Amino acid sequence: MTSPTRTTARIGDPLNRVDGVAKVTGQARYAAEHPVEGLLYGWVVSSGITKGRIVRIHDEGARALPEVVEVMTHTNRPQLPPFDHSYTDAVSVPGSPFRALYDEKALFNGQPIAVVIAGTLETARYAASLIDVEYESESHNTDFAVALTSQFVPNDKRSTFEPPQSRGDAHAAYDAAPLKVAADFHVPAYYHNPMEMHASTVVWEGNGRITVYDKTQGPQNVQAYLAAVFGFSPEHVRVKNPYVGGAFGSGLRPQYQVYLATLAAKMLERSVRVVLTRQQMFSHVHRPETVQTVALATDTSGRLQAIINDAATSTSRFEDYMETVCDWGLMNYACENASAKYTIARVDTYTSGDMRAPGAATGMTLFELAVDEMAYAASVDPLQFRLINYSDKNAMDGTPFTSKALREACAQGAEKFGWSRRTPAPRSMRDGRELVGWGVATGIWDALFEKTSAHAKLLPNGDLEVATAASDIGTGTYTVMAQVAADTLGLPIEKVTATLGDSALPKSTVEGGSKLAASAGAAVQHVCRGVAEKLLVAADQLEGQPLGGARMEDVTFAQGRIALKSDATRSISFGDAMSAAGLDTIEVEDSPAWHSGGSSQTRKSRNTHNAIFAEVKVDEELCVVRVTRIVIAVAAGRIINPKTARSQILGGVVMGIGMALHEETATDHRLGRVMNHNFAEYHIPAHADIQDIEVIFVDEPDPEVTPLGVKGVGEIGIVGTAAAVVNAIYHATGKRVHSLPVTIDKLLV
Amino acid sequence: MDTRVFGGTSQAGAAQSSEAIGISLVINGRRRDFVIEPWVTLLDLLREQEHLTGTKKGCDHGQCGACTVLVDGKRINSCLALAVARDGAQVTTIEGLACEGLAEGHGLHPLQQAFVDHDALQCGYCTPGQICSAQGLINEGHARSRDEVRESMSGNLCRCGAYTNIAAAVMEVLEKADTR
Ligand code: FES
Ligand code: FES
Repeated sequence: MTSPTRTTARIGDPLNRVDGVAKVTGQARYAAEHPVEGLLYGWVVSSGITKGRIVRIHDEGARALPEVVEVMTHTNRPQLPPFDHSYTDAVSVPGSPFRALYDEKALFNGQPIAVVIAGTLETARYAASLIDVEYESESHNTDFAVALTSQFVPNDKRSTFEPPQSRGDAHAAYDAAPLKVAADFHVPAYYHNPMEMHASTVVWEGNGRITVYDKTQGPQNVQAYLAAVFGFSPEHVRVKNPYVGGAFGSGLRPQYQVYLATLAAKMLERSVRVVLTRQQMFSHVHRPETVQTVALATDTSGRLQAIINDAATSTSRFEDYMETVCDWGLMNYACENASAKYTIARVDTYTSGDMRAPGAATGMTLFELAVDEMAYAASVDPLQFRLINYSDKNAMDGTPFTSKALREACAQGAEKFGWSRRTPAPRSMRDGRELVGWGVATGIWDALFEKTSAHAKLLPNGDLEVATAASDIGTGTYTVMAQVAADTLGLPIEKVTATLGDSALPKSTVEGGSKLAASAGAAVQHVCRGVAEKLLVAADQLEGQPLGGARMEDVTFAQGRIALKSDATRSISFGDAMSAAGLDTIEVEDSPAWHSGGSSQTRKSRNTHNAIFAEVKVDEELCVVRVTRIVIAVAAGRIINPKTARSQILGGVVMGIGMALHEETATDHRLGRVMNHNFAEYHIPAHADIQDIEVIFVDEPDPEVTPLGVKGVGEIGIVGTAAAVVNAIYHATGKRVHSLPVTIDKLLV
Repeated sequence: MDTRVFGGTSQAGAAQSSEAIGISLVINGRRRDFVIEPWVTLLDLLREQEHLTGTKKGCDHGQCGACTVLVDGKRINSCLALAVARDGAQVTTIEGLACEGLAEGHGLHPLQQAFVDHDALQCGYCTPGQICSAQGLINEGHARSRDEVRESMSGNLCRCGAYTNIAAAVMEVLEKADTR
C-alpha cells in the first residue's frame, strides 16, 4: 500500500504524507528541539492567586544556585511599550492583550509572574520551586454561572464575528405550535492540549537580530508581534515553525512563552528556550464555557415552526472573545420563525479563544441535541426530521450556497451505517448485557479563503521547489502544496519540495479556519502555472519549434515534458526548453487574484456539511458507554488528498467523542484554579476509547467556492459528532443529558 | 566511539556538581558514558544532552506516552526513569529503530513504514512514542487482536486522533510477523 511513485501526482490521489518519513524517524524538529550553542533554559513561575497584586517575589534562594543566571520579574524586566496597540496581533480580539511580567497585577490563576533562567533545564526547574511570592488577594469569580448574571453584548466585536439574524416571530410561533421542546444545554471550557507543549527557542544572533523557533500557527503573525512588542525591526526577526506538534487553535495568537523567551533573550542578550509544562497548558487559551437555550416547535407532521437559539460564552476581564455560536442552527434548517441572542460574560481566567470549529463545535452540536428531542416529540425518525426541514439555501439570510451536498451525505452515511435497520424506541436494541443506541446529527462549517502568496522554482532536471510562509500543524499542508504543484506541472511527487514554516517566505495567512488547503493550494497552483507559461515561452526558443508555437491550452505537462494535446509524440523536456532559452531556473512569486464573490454577482454562502451516525453500547447496570461505530459523510468540495483529508476528519471525530464522553475542565472556584490540569485527570480519548470510524467524502464539485474548488476539512469533523454520540446514548438508555460530557454519574441518576 | 558528556551542565552553566554520578548507557547501539546528577531523567538526558529529540515530552509525568523508549527491549516512559537508575542499560529510541530497519535492508523499520502507509500520524508529535510502544507491544507478545492492541497502546495519547490508523498500522506489522 505504498504511494504510487515516479508517475505524475494528481490532485485527488491518496498519496502518503510527504513529511511522514521525517516524523516517523524522529528527524522532524519541533520548537524546543533545535540545538543552539550556549542555550539558557527559562522556567515559568505561575501565579498562585487568581486576582490581586504581587507584593514581593523572594528569589534569593533561586539566585543563590550557581547555575541560575537571572530571575526575571516585573521589577527587573527590560522596558516594554505602554500602549495596547503594540501587543495586538493579526487575530487578536477587542480589549487589552495580556502582557506577562508587565506589572504587579495578577489577572488569572496560573499567570506567568517570573521566569527563572539557568544553564540547565534541571536547575531552572529546581530554582523555580524555591521562589516564594507574597500576594495581596482580591476577590475573584471564575464561576460562569455567576458571571452570567452580568452577561452583555460588547460594542466592539471581532471582525470575524457574524451576528445571528432573526426572522419572523419565533416566540409567537413557538407559543402557537402544537409540539415543542426546550432545554438548557451546557459545555465546559476545553483546553486544546496539543501533544507538544507550547515552546519557543529564541536564538540571539547579535546585531539586534533574533531567530525564533516557535510553536505557532502563523510565523509571520509572531514575527510582526515580536517586532512591535520588543522594538525589533521586522526584518531582524525571523520566526520558524517547520514542524508543529498540534495546535487546534492554541497557536493562532502569539502565546506567552514566545513573549517570555524573547524578553529574557533581550534582557540577557543570550539564546533562551522556554517550554511550558503540561499544567501550564491550562493557564492560557481555551474554548469558552458555553450555555445554550434551544426551544423548537413543529406542526404535527414535524415541520419546524419556531427556532429559539440563545447562547452565552465566557471571556476574560481584559478581552472580549466572541465566536459564532447561534447562527448554525438558523442557517441549516428551513423554518419561517427563528430568533437568536448571543452574549458573553466575564470570568477571571485567561481569554478564551478559537479551538477547532470555534462556535460550531459547541453551538451546532448542542442545537443538534435539541433537534433529536424535537424529532422524538414529533414522532419522526431523526434522520427523516432533518430531511423534512432541509434547506437548500442558507435559511438565515436567504443566500444560496455555492454547493450543499448534505442530502447526499445523509443518504450515503445512512446506507453505510445501516440506519434503516434502526428501531426507533429507546432501549429497543441490545447486544447481550449492553444496550445499543444509534444516533444521528449533522454539522456545518465555513469554507474560507484568504489571499496567500507562494514562490516556485524549477530546475532543468525537473526538481521543483514551492514555498509559502504557511504552517503545517498536522493538517497536511506540506503534502497539499507538493501535490498541487506536482499536478500543475505534471511531476512525480518526489520531484517536488514544499517549504513552509518560515516568516521569511512569501506571505501566508495563519493556519486556522480550515482555509489553508484552499488558500495555499491556490497560491501554489497559481505560481506553478506561471512557471508553466514561462516554460512554454522558453520552448519556443528551441530550433524548429517542435511545439509549433502552441499556447497553454494546446499542451499538457506530464513526466517532466511539455507535449501537444493533439499529438503526444511532439514533446520536449523541461530541461531542453530551459537550455534553449538559456535559463538555469524558472522562478515565479505571486498570489492568485480571487474575489470571494467569485464570478457570480449574488452573494453566496460557502460552507461544508456533514452527516454523522454513531453507535454506542451502554452497560445496563454500570452505565459505561462505548462508542463502537461512527460513520461520517462529509461534503467538503474537492478533496486534494483523500488519505490526509480522511485523517483530518478522523481527528475531528475523535475530539468530538472526547466532548461527548470525556473532556471537562474542573475549576475550584474558591481558588479560581483548574484542578484537573494534567492528562491523568483531564481526559481525552485514548486508544481503547476509539473503535471503528468510517469516513465518506461525498462528491461535491464546486468551482465557485475557491480557486481549486477546495473547502477545507480541518474542522468539519468535530461539528455535530458529540451530538450523534449523545443522541445515540438517548436511544440506548432513554436518558437525555444536557450537560457534556456524558459521564457515568449522569446516566446513573 | 565513546564520548564523555557532563550532564547537568552546559556550555553556559557552572561546573558539574558534587552529586554527579558516572554511568554508561548503550544508546542505539553505541556506548555512551555520562557523569550526571541523580535527578536527570532519561528523557531529558536524551533530548537535551544527546540531542536525540525524536523522543518527545508531552507531560513529563508518565501520563501521555510521548517519551516512550525501549530499555532492554521493554517500553518505558523515559520521563519517569532517572538516568542513573538505568546504568548499563540498552536504550533504543526512534532514531535507533530506524537504524535497525536500515540494517535489515529496508529504508524504514516495518512499523515506521506502516505508520507512513496508513497515515497513522498527523502532527507527528506522539508518533515516535507510539512506534516505540508498538515495538514494545510486539516484543511482549501478548496482544494479538485489534482490541488487545488498542488496550495495550492506551498509554500513548494522540491528540490528533490518529488512533484508528495507528491500530491498523500496528495490526499490519503484527500480522506480518505472525505469518513469518
Ligand atoms: S512525557 Fe513521559 S509520559 Fe508524557
Ligand atoms: S499525531 Fe499529533 S498527537 Fe498524535
